[in-house]
Formats: sequence, C-alpha cells, structure tokens
Amino acid sequence: MSKRTIIPFGPQHPVLPEPVHVKLVVEDEIVKEAVPALGYVHRGLEMLASVRDYHQMINVCERVCGICSMIHATCYCQTIEKMMGVEVTSRAEYLRVIWSELHRMHSHLLWLGLFADAFGFESLFMQFWKVRERVMDINEATAGNRVIVSVNVVGGVRADLSGEQLRWILDELVIMEKELKEMEKTILNDYTVKSRTVGKGVMTHDQALELGAAGPTLRGSGVEQDMRMLGYGAYKHLDFAPVVHPDGDCFARSWVRFQEVYQSIRLVRQAIADLPEGDLAVKVKGNPEGEEVTRVEQPRGECLYYIKGNGTKNLDRLRIRTPTFANIPPLLAMLPECELADVPVIILSIDPCISCTER
Amino acid sequence: MFKGFIDKSRAKSPWIMHFDCGSCNGCDIETLACLTPLYDVERFGIINVGNPKHADVLLVTGCVNHRNKSVLRNIYEQMPSPKAVIAIGACGLTGGIFRDCYNVVGGVDKVIPVDVYVPGCPARPEAIIDGVVEALNLFQQKQAG
Repeated sequence: MSKRTIIPFGPQHPVLPEPVHVKLVVEDEIVKEAVPALGYVHRGLEMLASVRDYHQMINVCERVCGICSMIHATCYCQTIEKMMGVEVTSRAEYLRVIWSELHRMHSHLLWLGLFADAFGFESLFMQFWKVRERVMDINEATAGNRVIVSVNVVGGVRADLSGEQLRWILDELVIMEKELKEMEKTILNDYTVKSRTVGKGVMTHDQALELGAAGPTLRGSGVEQDMRMLGYGAYKHLDFAPVVHPDGDCFARSWVRFQEVYQSIRLVRQAIADLPEGDLAVKVKGNPEGEEVTRVEQPRGECLYYIKGNGTKNLDRLRIRTPTFANIPPLLAMLPECELADVPVIILSIDPCISCTER
Repeated sequence: MFKGFIDKSRAKSPWIMHFDCGSCNGCDIETLACLTPLYDVERFGIINVGNPKHADVLLVTGCVNHRNKSVLRNIYEQMPSPKAVIAIGACGLTGGIFRDCYNVVGGVDKVIPVDVYVPGCPARPEAIIDGVVEALNLFQQKQAG
C-alpha cells in the first residue's frame, strides 16, 4: 500500500480567482479524500442589516457576489415587495428579466473561459472573454456600470431601456450568437477538450438529488429543476425549458452552461419583443414587517433569501443561502478517486463562487 | 551589468500577481478582464503569474478579513524586493461598503504597505491598468534611490 500524503490546494492558487482552501489526501496520483477549509472571504454582511436601512441593503446584497449581483438584488427586492404587498409594474419585471439574463450570460461566459483556462486552453479563454465584453458593454451603456449594475430598487427598477438601446442589444445578441456558434465546435466537440472533461468528476442523478446539488451542477446530472420555472417576475410569461444533460460529468456541466447562454439570448429576445409600456417603479411607503422567503435561479443555481422585518427601517434578520454552498457537498463527493491533475477542472466544474458562499 | 539588465527589464516587463482578500469578485473579474483581448495588458509586457516568488507587483482586491490577513502578509513577504503593492477597489482602500462588518479589517494598508490606490466599486479595467503604470514609475524611483 502506498503512503498517504496531504497536499494543500489554495488559498492562493493560479486557477482560482478566489481564496478557498482544500486539503487533498492523495495516494500516489489519486485523490482519496478532500477536506475543505472555508472562511477566507467571510465578511459577515448579513449583520449589516442591523446597521443599514432596508433600501441601503440593496447595495450590500449586490455585493454578496459581484458576478451575479443583479440577481441577488432582484431576489432581495422581491422578498421585501412580497412582505410589503407592493405590486411591481410589468415593465419593471421585464426589465429585471433582461438584466438578469444578461448577467447570466456574462457569468456563464466568464466561467466557460476560466474552465478553458483550467485545462490549459488559453486561447479559448481569451475568445470567451472577448465575447463577454459585449455583455459588459451593454451593461455599461444601459445601467452605467460594467459589473454591478445597481438597477433594482424596492418597487421596480431605476433605469429604463430606450427603443434605440433595445435595437442595439438585439444587434449585439446576433453577433454574440454567431461568435458562440464558432466556439461551440471547440468547447463541445474538440477531442483534446473532451479528453479533459468527459468522464471526470461523475455525479449520478440520485447522488445529485441526495447531496442537494443546485443549478447547472444538478441539471448536468439529468435533474430537471430550474427555479425560473416557479414563474417569478416576468418568467411566467416567457417560454423556456430547463437545459438538462444526463451524463453528470464535467463535460455535461459545461454543455449545460453553454446551452444556457443560448437560452438566455432567447429569453432576452422574448422579453424585448414583449416589453410592455408602463412606469418603472411604484412608490413604497412604510417599513417591512413579517417573514418571507424567496427563491430565484442564479447562474450557479438556486438562491434563497429569508427576511424577517419588525416594522422598523432595519431588518431583524437577513439570511442568504447561495448555490455554491449547496454545491460543496457534491464537489467533495466528486473529488475522491480522481487524478491530482484533474482537481482544478473538477473544482471549477461546479462554478464555485466563494464570495457568495461565505458572504 | 547583469543587475542593470534585470533592473531595466523589471520596469519594462513587470510580472503581476493577483490575490483576492475577501472581495465580492467584482474587482477580481475586472482585474482578469485586463488580461483579455479588449484591454490586453500583455502588450505592455505585463504577465499574470501564480507564484509570489516570481511576482514584482501584487494586486490586492477586497476588504481583508481576520482570517486571510495572515495569508496576505505571508504572500507579501514571499515576494522578492523591490516590490509594489496596488490596492484595488473601495474595499481594498478602506473596507468600502463592508467597513461596518464584524469580520473586516478594512483596507489593505492596515496589513501591508500599499504603493498605489485604485478607487472604484468595482474599479474599471482602465483604472487598474493606470494603477499598474503608476506603480512602475514608483519602481524606477525605488531602484534609483
């Protein structure tokens, strides 16, 4: 029997943009066990709810995670609106969907690039990030900031899209779709890419359900579950179905994310086509009281907000459960029996967002 | 002669290392965006490395918490001199929006000396590139003095 060695992975590691520490117990080249150590990004921002008022908390929630900031803020605003009985105008709901889907596109393109970098395909990384810059340009032109768009307010949205901007967004989407079609051949069909992703980090359908995976990690194992199907916001008027792949390996997860970029493009087109006229936001009076839970679909999976209000401007309790938190137990089940060289690819395949997880 | 060669190339082709010290990822993805085709800092000879022992410039994002401040100090000490540190984003400067949180130290300069401050929430890629160029000027002064 060969000797067991412990190899630390992180907190500072070239493949990870964020600090996470995993202790890998290896026997020769084979990983036997993975022990995570978290807390490097913990800020304790849920506590800020006792210092800032509930309007200011939107800005804090956006900074739970910069990559899916729009969707965090939407979830927070929806929860507060449910508590206060505020009816959002349908134009605001559609605008939220447009920005949410743009964020999903930029998050998935970012991930696809990082994933390509993880298995050493640097030119593909550059190509994906080149396409992603088009989404960032749209964000900047429409909302004024590239990453954290800050368009949500309790009761609606802050910014509007003019007819000219909508036409420009549609033109950009056509170009993006064309560029993605070219890259599809590489990321999904190239045999060098397949040799690094097919059959690595397999998680079966039953395992995924048992371990409570979320988002593309869950759908990559053949489970048809997407929180957008709950029909929150304007999603109830839009026509789409969850993207599912049955294999449960790294390739399946990247396939799901790639197809979801196309899905987002279709959703933005639908939302722009049906965009109703109306006000952007309704006036909100009073303070939230009671308890409420909202679930939304983030690029990484299901995100849950629990808010308890006590009738003052500060909230009693804010609890955020993020998708990467749900995806860490599945990750620890995928790592054993893989080769050490595949560890970065498998860790990235769940799209870890440590800043979400630790808040 | 050899030292002169190294001094010259260090200012002409700095190697940068990025460490996330508890940011929201906004500044991190903007730092990474600097490397990609639209901004492409590699045309200035800047390259991103993963090993602190190879790095000349350290880019730090995030508000620094009580757990990772020792990691940050450790990375800083492993870098060879002369070295420059750039703090990125409102969090890296003062703690930003998170300054009231219980686990936040608030600012990179409370742990290690910082040479250049890049504001913004998140900082724009242009501002980050500007910060690196500013750090290179300091580099040349440090070498001369």
